[in-house]
Amino acid sequence: MRHLVKESATDGMGEAARVPFWHDPAKRGMIYQIVALAVVLLAGYWVFSNTQTNLRKQSIATGFSFIEREAGFEIGEHLIDYSAANTYARALWVGVLNTLKVALIGNLLTIVLGILVGVARLSSNWLVSRLAAGYIEVLQNIPVLLQLFFWYAIFHEVLPYPRESLAIAGSIFLNNRGLYLPVPVPHPIHAFMGIALLVGLAAGFAMRRWAVRRQELTGQSFPVWSASAALVLGLPLLAWVAGGAPTDLEIPRLQGFNFQGGVNVSPEFGALLLGLVLYTSAFVAEIVRAGIQAISRGQTEAAMSLGLKPKLVLTLIILPQALRVIIPPLTSQLLNLTKNSSLAIAIGYPDFVAVANTTINQTGQAIEGVALIMVVYLVFSLLTSGFMNWYNKKMALVER
Amino acid sequence: MDVSLQQTSAMDVKPPVTSVGVLGWVRQNLFNGPLNSILTIVVVLVLVRIVPPLFKWALVDSLWTSSGAACKATTGACWSVLTHNARFILFGFYPHDQQWRPLCCVILIVGLFLYTRSPNRWSKGLAIAWGVSLVAMGILMPGGVLGLQPVEPGQWSGISLTLLLSLFGLTVAYPLGVILALGRRSRLPAIKAMSVLYIELIRGVPLISMLFMASVMFPLFLPEGITVNKILRAQAAIILFTAAYIAEVVRGGLQAVPRGQYEAAESLGLDYYQKMRLIILPQALKIVIPPTVGILVSAFKDTSLVVIIGLFDLLKTTQVTLSNPEWMGFSTEAFLFIAVLYFLGCFSMSSFSRRLEKALAR
Repeated sequence: MRHLVKESATDGMGEAARVPFWHDPAKRGMIYQIVALAVVLLAGYWVFSNTQTNLRKQSIATGFSFIEREAGFEIGEHLIDYSAANTYARALWVGVLNTLKVALIGNLLTIVLGILVGVARLSSNWLVSRLAAGYIEVLQNIPVLLQLFFWYAIFHEVLPYPRESLAIAGSIFLNNRGLYLPVPVPHPIHAFMGIALLVGLAAGFAMRRWAVRRQELTGQSFPVWSASAALVLGLPLLAWVAGGAPTDLEIPRLQGFNFQGGVNVSPEFGALLLGLVLYTSAFVAEIVRAGIQAISRGQTEAAMSLGLKPKLVLTLIILPQALRVIIPPLTSQLLNLTKNSSLAIAIGYPDFVAVANTTINQTGQAIEGVALIMVVYLVFSLLTSGFMNWYNKKMALVER
Repeated sequence: MDVSLQQTSAMDVKPPVTSVGVLGWVRQNLFNGPLNSILTIVVVLVLVRIVPPLFKWALVDSLWTSSGAACKATTGACWSVLTHNARFILFGFYPHDQQWRPLCCVILIVGLFLYTRSPNRWSKGLAIAWGVSLVAMGILMPGGVLGLQPVEPGQWSGISLTLLLSLFGLTVAYPLGVILALGRRSRLPAIKAMSVLYIELIRGVPLISMLFMASVMFPLFLPEGITVNKILRAQAAIILFTAAYIAEVVRGGLQAVPRGQYEAAESLGLDYYQKMRLIILPQALKIVIPPTVGILVSAFKDTSLVVIIGLFDLLKTTQVTLSNPEWMGFSTEAFLFIAVLYFLGCFSMSSFSRRLEKALAR
């Protein structure tokens, strides 16, 4: 009997081995993958060979050797020295820096404005909360490119000529050439103030670690936030006072048809920044609102019943939980702002895409140009999401 | 006796006037506490500074039908720039006597959308109506059949181009996105890797780089002698771009379907296609309807980027109007009008998506 059973079992196995390969999931999967890969590779090869033929026919050069050649075009705004005699490589680098400039300043302003509007949306003041809701709805639902055009048109058509500039406190001027701000006259003490700021930041971090450890050991708390704020602000201030407290400002002055001195925010940069920040902050405000609302009221009540002060309830209970909800969508919004900064080309701010586009038009090397654009933005994306993933991991719930 | 007396007196006593009615509402919502009172006063002061001048500019001092020269003399808004150029802004270079065709398309789409807004009207018939109207759009715009005068794609412009790019973009991108999402969730490593690569690559770059690719690189990709017009190339770029975003949304839906559903389908002996078609996708796609509408909103807004590669969408026809010397300098008015159009479209779609989310969550 036993023998029989065994035999029939082997019989069954023999049958399984004879299953045709299209009924075997593993083999079938293999075939699907091979077919899919082959299709993709063939399509890729087809595109590649067409491109090769076309490039040869139109005698377009290939490769990246062009970046060593002279660019021959001017760039309106540059953070590093640049002239038309420089190479394409330098021109593109100027573009990257311009993109980074607008992305960094824009992201910072967006976070601040987004939090403000998001909190205003939750205000118990009806007027404030309605206004915030209107802000969010209107700005979210109008294309960002249209907003850029709008602000650029405001700069060019509504703002007055330099002679009739709008002046604020006699030192800030707004006209159709942009915004002019006063800057402190360079003084050796500024370098020391910078160092003092860094020292203050480092000391603040160190103090925080020490305070956390002390609280864990002894249960005594330490006013970390006010102490580190005092360090970060106080040390540079001390350096400034020690350096004789120089208060000289370089105030922009009208000379001829335009302003000289101070710092100029060009209409292109101003419109780009304004459009991007207003548009993205509307999305950030919604994220902040949702994040705060995601924390149930019971959390606040539980924290208060433990006897925590309102400030501690916020910093120890509400914020850590809200941030966990807020960070992932916030990351993608900040990335969106960075990617949308490529619309600069439409209003003439020389960001990376604009410079790369000029390069494409001059050299005719479209493939290399578009590839460069894609690689640069991919690097931005990967860096941002890498940082945010790290932060997210740090903030994530540690479960037992 | 005593009880009833107490009751009547309790009913007679009215709540204090300061806690009901308008006054009560104002106290409760605008002046509950010192901080809120200050906020209210500041906001009201700011509004008083801004709103009346704006009102005066937009309505009191504004001109509606004058010539451009008359506009330059006034301090108010010049809405004449719109009344004089409305047809060009909306329909662009589409032949003048044929502009009823794009108008019909717009009315058809807007009407259908308004009808679709309430989910209890959803039926198979409605889905067919959408399909039919897309086909009708595909016939009406180019013409050449049914005695319609043929119109070159190069002449498609204005609001119909915007609608065309976003609607057809989403329609084609949707199945592509579903396939990519399934690919990303696949157990087959090569297919999974290719899907992930595609999705992350596309999501990492701005749409504008895809549009550049469409305008300057696509022509090089095709064999000699085959040319594809610019609108189709831009459409292809929008499709490829949108598909990656749809894939991520659909992946969310696939992940939200409980594991038991997958296992139950498998235990019934369904194969992969049956499982997906009959069990998983109907549930997953229902979950992701609201975010998909969200993607439609972004696609609608993003079509405005085709301006940069020189297609004549709503934004570009406006710019062309504004480059006419007679109407130079009235960008604010023209852009505000376009902004209102976009806002109406996007707001109605996004509020629809939010309502759906609530309805489906129940």
